Amino acid sequence: MQEVDLSNFKSKVLESLIPVLVDFWAPWCGPCKMISPTLDGMVDDFQGRVKFSKLNVDDNTQIASDYGIMSIPALILFKDGSPTAQIVGVQSKEGIVKFLEANV
Amino acid sequence: MKDVAVIGLGPSGMTAALYLARFKLDVICFEKTSPGGQIVMTDRIENYPGFPDGISGYELAELFKKQLQAYPVEIKSEEVLAIKREDVITINTSSSDYQVRSVIISTGAYPRRLGIKGEEHFTGRGVSYCATCDANFFRGKKVAVLGGGDSAVEEAIFLSKFVKKLYLIHRRDRLRAVDVLKERIEAISNVEFVLDSVINEIGGDSKVEFVNVKNLKTESSKRVDLDGVFIFAGYTPNAQFLKDFLQLDSGGYIITKEDFQTSVEGIFSSGDVRSSSLKQVISASGEGADAAVRVSKYLDNIKGTSYD
Repeated sequence: MQEVDLSNFKSKVLESLIPVLVDFWAPWCGPCKMISPTLDGMVDDFQGRVKFSKLNVDDNTQIASDYGIMSIPALILFKDGSPTAQIVGVQSKEGIVKFLEANV
Repeated sequence: MKDVAVIGLGPSGMTAALYLARFKLDVICFEKTSPGGQIVMTDRIENYPGFPDGISGYELAELFKKQLQAYPVEIKSEEVLAIKREDVITINTSSSDYQVRSVIISTGAYPRRLGIKGEEHFTGRGVSYCATCDANFFRGKKVAVLGGGDSAVEEAIFLSKFVKKLYLIHRRDRLRAVDVLKERIEAISNVEFVLDSVINEIGGDSKVEFVNVKNLKTESSKRVDLDGVFIFAGYTPNAQFLKDFLQLDSGGYIITKEDFQTSVEGIFSSGDVRSSSLKQVISASGEGADAAVRVSKYLDNIKGTSYD
């Protein structure tokens, strides 16, 4: 999964031609560390349809605040430069697949 | 066919699986997210002996996991949807069916949703069930913590270091938490106790801006402007998927006999999902060990390899 930050958020997420799922996480957040391996295991299943990225809210407070992040782990799906759907809390793989199928 | 399936890998399931693996039984585990359980949401665990300075919940879960992974235990990241009991036991997950001789259900619980007006709508926008995850977003702000048990008070103590002002709102006239926690929170200057009270509405525009607090004795309501609501008012057991299969108590927890066996033969249960469990890491873990020993005896009996 690709790490995004202030330097490449525009090019990697907002200007992406396919939808991007961004995992908003922080090193202090235990549940965030549980969701990461689940997402890593999904990258290949969605290749060419959805990109997976993670953003450390501790290092990128401005982006987190721009998108109203107040609870993590949070997954936001970006399509054509805009956030179109969001889920918060630890999710199962099936939960994330359902979320993507419903919103991509 | 596997000897035993462990469903749910929090402290109880991980301990059960560790014991079963050391008995050289053939174990398969199911965990719909990642091993860890509710303790990963706890900032600091101070009552698990062996860690005199306390340990973070995430770190403790990682240590449990590391110890388990030293044994050849199969772990499936699949959600169990149903269990069937015929001559053998079939476990039905989102992607496959598995046949096993016995099961330990240790699926735990999650923080209860209270159904307050606005609660669901503002989840992730000011309503939170995880202080360690979200405290940082409320630096210098005003929050309410709902609940009066150990979890609520522990999490409130943690949150008080971040926020400007914290209201601890509890429906009873005194806290239920243990004395050591009560003493600690009573000494914190930015915490205000609001007892005999509940929140009956969470409101705002795009995020939480206020709550309505109702005093249950005087019946009067008051609007309080704030930025966040943290809810730690009890738990909901992860046993709904089993309600037509085995006996649950009125709270939805799994009823077991003294030997940790449920109302269905060969199906055992341990930890927070079990009726009348203590809901502590140490006891969940202890129950997992005990259930594993009972399962091992049960398997000896059905295989005819009993030692007695």
